[in-house]
Amino acid sequence: MTESKPLGGKIITKPFLVCAFFFAIAAVLLVKRFIYGIGAVSNLSDGYPWGIWIAYDVVTGTAIACGGYSMALLVYIFNKGEYHPLVKPALLASMFGYTLAGFSVMFDIGRYWQAYNLFLPKYFQLNSVMFEVALCVSLYIGVLWMEFSPTLAEWIQAKGLKKALNRVMFIFIAIGILLPTMHQSSLGSLLLIAGKKVSPLWHTGFLPLLFLISAITMGFAIVIFESIISSVGFRREIETPILSKLAGLIPVLIAIYLVVRFADILIGGKIGLVFAFDLKAIMFIIENILYIIPAVILFSPENRSRNRQLFISAGCLLLAGSVYRFNAFLIGFDPGAGWQYFPSFSEIMITLGVISLEIMAYMIFVKKMPVLSGMRHA
Amino acid sequence: MDIKRRNFLKIAAGGGLLLAGGVPAMAREPKKLSPEAVGMLYDATACIGCRACQTACKQHNEMPVEHSTPNSVWDDPVDLSSKTLNIIKVYATGTALNKDSETDGYSFIKRHCMHCVDPACVSACPVSALKKHAQTGVVSYDKGACIGCRYCQLACPYNIPKFEFDKPFPQIRKCQLCDHRFKDNKYSACCEFCPTGASVFGKVSDLLAEAQKRLTLKPGEYYNYPVAHIKSAQVSYRPVAKYLPRIYGEKEGGGSQVLMLAAVPFEKLGMPALDEKSDAAFSENIQHTVYKGMIGPGVLLAGLLFAAYKNTNKSDE
Repeated sequence: MTESKPLGGKIITKPFLVCAFFFAIAAVLLVKRFIYGIGAVSNLSDGYPWGIWIAYDVVTGTAIACGGYSMALLVYIFNKGEYHPLVKPALLASMFGYTLAGFSVMFDIGRYWQAYNLFLPKYFQLNSVMFEVALCVSLYIGVLWMEFSPTLAEWIQAKGLKKALNRVMFIFIAIGILLPTMHQSSLGSLLLIAGKKVSPLWHTGFLPLLFLISAITMGFAIVIFESIISSVGFRREIETPILSKLAGLIPVLIAIYLVVRFADILIGGKIGLVFAFDLKAIMFIIENILYIIPAVILFSPENRSRNRQLFISAGCLLLAGSVYRFNAFLIGFDPGAGWQYFPSFSEIMITLGVISLEIMAYMIFVKKMPVLSGMRHA
Repeated sequence: MDIKRRNFLKIAAGGGLLLAGGVPAMAREPKKLSPEAVGMLYDATACIGCRACQTACKQHNEMPVEHSTPNSVWDDPVDLSSKTLNIIKVYATGTALNKDSETDGYSFIKRHCMHCVDPACVSACPVSALKKHAQTGVVSYDKGACIGCRYCQLACPYNIPKFEFDKPFPQIRKCQLCDHRFKDNKYSACCEFCPTGASVFGKVSDLLAEAQKRLTLKPGEYYNYPVAHIKSAQVSYRPVAKYLPRIYGEKEGGGSQVLMLAAVPFEKLGMPALDEKSDAAFSENIQHTVYKGMIGPGVLLAGLLFAAYKNTNKSDE
């Protein structure tokens, strides 16, 4: 097995500075939000109480951050040891994705200073899907940091600590698979209670199952996507054989997903809505085409061995899952006549700032800590 | 390796079944109305649009004046908001000359919390900030519990909970049926100050009986409409309008403690067309089936622990 090593090199690079610039803008806008209220920076309203901070930062962001979940499932549960080199970088990206989703929630919720009420038993509300999501996600953020902790221990050269952590790691790995299974499905369940406000093209009792399967596919897609990007960006060899093997799973998962998705549309008698060719219908079609493309490309073993095809398919699939989530939470959400939502400039800048922060942290960690495996180009 | 792949599919399918299993099951009965439940009956045909209820609501709930036009001097909200918990709106069509007529006519509609029998907001709230009173059935809000996630807003089919987007320390605002006045033997201000009997307060069972009775009356005949309270001695003697044979709130979304009568279809008055089953029951059925007694997640965790233990020990660096 290849050892992971810190990449080394300068921290302050051009991409890093661009990210820092975006983050600085977001920081200023966040100060404004905390002084004047959420309405001062966003287009959120009583009709559209949730915008891109929830639809992207939380719902889509954590699904993109499912790399750690999907890889742990593959390596530790299905015992596919050969994928081991992909686990650590996936875990790191998951850790940041989830941590920043948690961070985003803190400026999205109105009464953030009472957020700890979620953990006080006297306020527990076991019927609430949100309660399950909130508890599960916050617990999982902790679990991700625990899963990553051996790397931190290695970095500070605490050998004894690393050994001790590794001995109990199977507990965190197991919990770290259970929790995303629960909350990634529940992120879909959040919409069940909105009933008629969500278009039947997205509202179905199968929401939890569809969200879960699509989160797992996005987990595999982000691993492939990130692996190729960081290989090119940091001039390392691309791990093509291992990636193409991983990509073989994707068409199977997409097929399962699409069977459930279209069975619901057809059996539920919703197909007529697709032929309305309004915005919702068009977005529905785009979303599903984005699922079909990677399934078709990756079905051929020959395509799976080509970096270009792998990259395009992974990108398509990430987009498909993201469009599905945006459709369900925003495009397909209609609170009634008179309500409109399109994110404000400030809202978008804040989300970009959060993404920039994530990229900056990732760059620092892979340069300083043993994350990426040491297959280096000369 | 091929065998492993099959295993993967088997487990993936198993997990899928665990989740999909939630769909057809009926784990939770729809909630029932408390016999002591109180509410309102709003009769759009008796409403004259004077908005005395709106003023009384602001006064007795200490809500601020809302200016919606540039030089407005008076309170002139255009819809419900975090400053306005009760509002009279008007539907007008054609020449708008005839009261309670669907053609060339108009009709008023009063909007506020419906105090659902099985409220979505209560089911949605993660921190029990929204609660339904066991006896009165009033749906009330506790700002000490609320974290401001706004899931109640997403869940409510009537878009009732309103959030103070314009404040740094915001809260949710909604009609609480003036439950703070109950202790002084008083009731909802909007009903107490309604001069025509369009809004009457009372026990939901009495209100429903009254609504059903009104639907049996002949249009044009005179009838004693109770004013303010269903048991009130004060009445308004007036001709009966041509009601549509429907009591809005009797069954909509699992029923509500606010009931409505009108002569113009409720959908035209801006009321949503809801199924008889509450969305709260739909959501909870699925969620409860998946998480029943945490057995499913427990079994899954046991399997995961076993597999992770076996596989990490083998492939440890």
